Amino acid sequence: MMGKKLFAATIGAGFMSASVQAADVEVIHWWTSGGEQKAVTVLAEEYNKLGNDKWVDTAVALGENARSLTMQRILGGDAPGAAQFNTSRQFEELIEEGLLLDLTPVAEKEGWKNFIRPSSILNPCMKDGGIYCVPVNIHSNQWLWTNKKVFADVGVKEPHTWEEFLTVAPKIQAAGYIPLAFGGQGWQERHVFDVVMIGMTDEKFWNSVWKDKDPKAASSDKMRKVFETFGALRQFTDAGAPGRNWNDATNMVITGKAAAQVMGDWARGEFAAAGKVAEVDYGCIPGPAKRPSLTLGGDAFIFPKSSDKNLEAAQMKLASMMLSPTIQAKFNNTKGSLPVRADVDLDVADACMKKGLALLDDPKATITPANNYITEDTNGQVQDLVSTFWNEPSMSVDTALSIFKGIIEDAE
Amino acid sequence: MEETMVTSAKVSKPRRTKRVQISSLLASAPMAIVAIGVFVVCVGYSVVLSFTKSRLFPNFNWVGLDQYERLWGTSRWIVSVENLFLYGVLFIALCLVSGFFMAVFLDQKVRFESGFRTLFLYPYAMSLVVTGLVWQWMMEPSLGLQNVVQRMGWESFEFAPLVDPQYAIYGVLIAAVWQSSGLVMALMLAGLRGIDGEIWKAARVDGIPTWKTYFFIVLPMMRPVMITSVVLLAVGVVRVYDLIVAQTGGGPGMSTEMPAKFVIDHITARGNVGLGMAAATMMLLPVLLVIGPWIYREYVRPTKH
Repeated sequence: MMGKKLFAATIGAGFMSASVQAADVEVIHWWTSGGEQKAVTVLAEEYNKLGNDKWVDTAVALGENARSLTMQRILGGDAPGAAQFNTSRQFEELIEEGLLLDLTPVAEKEGWKNFIRPSSILNPCMKDGGIYCVPVNIHSNQWLWTNKKVFADVGVKEPHTWEEFLTVAPKIQAAGYIPLAFGGQGWQERHVFDVVMIGMTDEKFWNSVWKDKDPKAASSDKMRKVFETFGALRQFTDAGAPGRNWNDATNMVITGKAAAQVMGDWARGEFAAAGKVAEVDYGCIPGPAKRPSLTLGGDAFIFPKSSDKNLEAAQMKLASMMLSPTIQAKFNNTKGSLPVRADVDLDVADACMKKGLALLDDPKATITPANNYITEDTNGQVQDLVSTFWNEPSMSVDTALSIFKGIIEDAE
Repeated sequence: MEETMVTSAKVSKPRRTKRVQISSLLASAPMAIVAIGVFVVCVGYSVVLSFTKSRLFPNFNWVGLDQYERLWGTSRWIVSVENLFLYGVLFIALCLVSGFFMAVFLDQKVRFESGFRTLFLYPYAMSLVVTGLVWQWMMEPSLGLQNVVQRMGWESFEFAPLVDPQYAIYGVLIAAVWQSSGLVMALMLAGLRGIDGEIWKAARVDGIPTWKTYFFIVLPMMRPVMITSVVLLAVGVVRVYDLIVAQTGGGPGMSTEMPAKFVIDHITARGNVGLGMAAATMMLLPVLLVIGPWIYREYVRPTKH
């Protein structure tokens, strides 16, 4: 009798200790396309290999959906172990409310501030002396991806500025191709808008709008030209664009249905997954602009605070792993993004990635993404405006410009 | 009649009535707590927050009517409200009409009635998310219905409302009516079956055509069923969210945005609870001002007579 009890107690204790040590870390992210899935699998597998703790994958299509799920879960007291955000002000309030785990202990031990480059990528993570997120990659948005065969077939040169694009696009259209592969989702409309904006202007103008929030710049002739050029692109997309996912649009370029797509460097992962070779099958044009600028944004993970010490240890372990040189190399090679540390071996860097690296080394060619300067609220207002303007050709540039000015004026 | 019975009961057995009252109070306490706690307190809290500058987290920095000012200056909100009116009126009207005709069809003592009934009611068993996705695929220009019909030879056939900002809202409407008209059919059929057979006999004796009997005699008698249907459908209209998210995501542009989506977007991803709550309060207002008195008139007052 006594023995039985003891046995049961031992078993129970055994189970208890086993369940106490290991933690399941649920990770919410929006990496759902083919290339992205491969990259996130690298993280998950490597984490599981470390033993004990387990990566529990919660993939949610579309960044805005994933982010609102994370917000709801944190506010509702059912926080995930880790969640993806953009390196931006998206999670600022979570830090202010003390809901995120301060990673300073790991960061200081490993010397994050010494090896993370460029240092600006860590800025959104730092607040009041703490470090609250882990940047995992650097992405640049300003790229025009082209199908070389289509351009050769039509007999026109690949455009390097928006003016050039507008001159070659009618010829491409006349030859039966879709000049611009496009997905009519809010963020993609906004993305193209931003690319046109920086392509038509320069860093100074970019900063005067987003950083200084100067209403004069927001209603200037330069801005008018941006809206006009952006509006002129509508006619070069196909009727099926609304609602299309970005990777489906990329696939139109890969398969030669469309000539080009404006997309961030993550599109490279799709071309690679389809077995295409950079600068042979597909081209990548930074900008398009006379002097191309790239935004230095990226993805970062935040780790919600929890009372469970084991989960906290597992979170710290995951944060540390995400920045380790081997994982940085494996992950970014798969995803097509650039690592956040310089001492990483990029053996598979192809022609397009090298172009990006060269530009990143030039401090004059890099700009800070708009969402580092404006709140998600303001960002959403701009997105609504851009989306409305894109889908309602009857909306005049004057109207758009005056609304834009108002948004920038009220921005915090 | 009822009143006299109640008073006589009170007079003859006062104690028992009291005990009944206590136990019925006890029994309804959970419901009352939920109703007051969830509805009154939470709704009140939401309204209070709409006068603050709350961002992602509630705070009490008062800004007066600033959020309402911004709300009514936001074109997306105005478009959402317009969409809701257009969608709501057409949705309720179409559901009532199609539901009524389906019910009349089944009322003709057709063969396989139960089969048809299941068929008509089936879409209602489907969640709005699934409904939205299915119809999104069907309305996809290069994969859906349009493509199929064009391949069969009708080249000029066009049916892709979701990619055109002008027609997208009707695409959503089709899906919503498809999903909900079965419910109206079931309610109407029950109403039709509840009509006294004597009325039909009398109408036949008087030589009134069947369609006239349906429209001028039976339909007015089904007023309570109609009201129930309208109330149920109206509730669905005000809170329409999942269908939009699944089918169009509010696009193209703002063409299928709805107030509920505006609220959810602003209190989550956009981190502006103040504005979101102002929008939620605006959604509550018409319910209180219009539907409240109407329900009172239709349901509450008549029972007093």
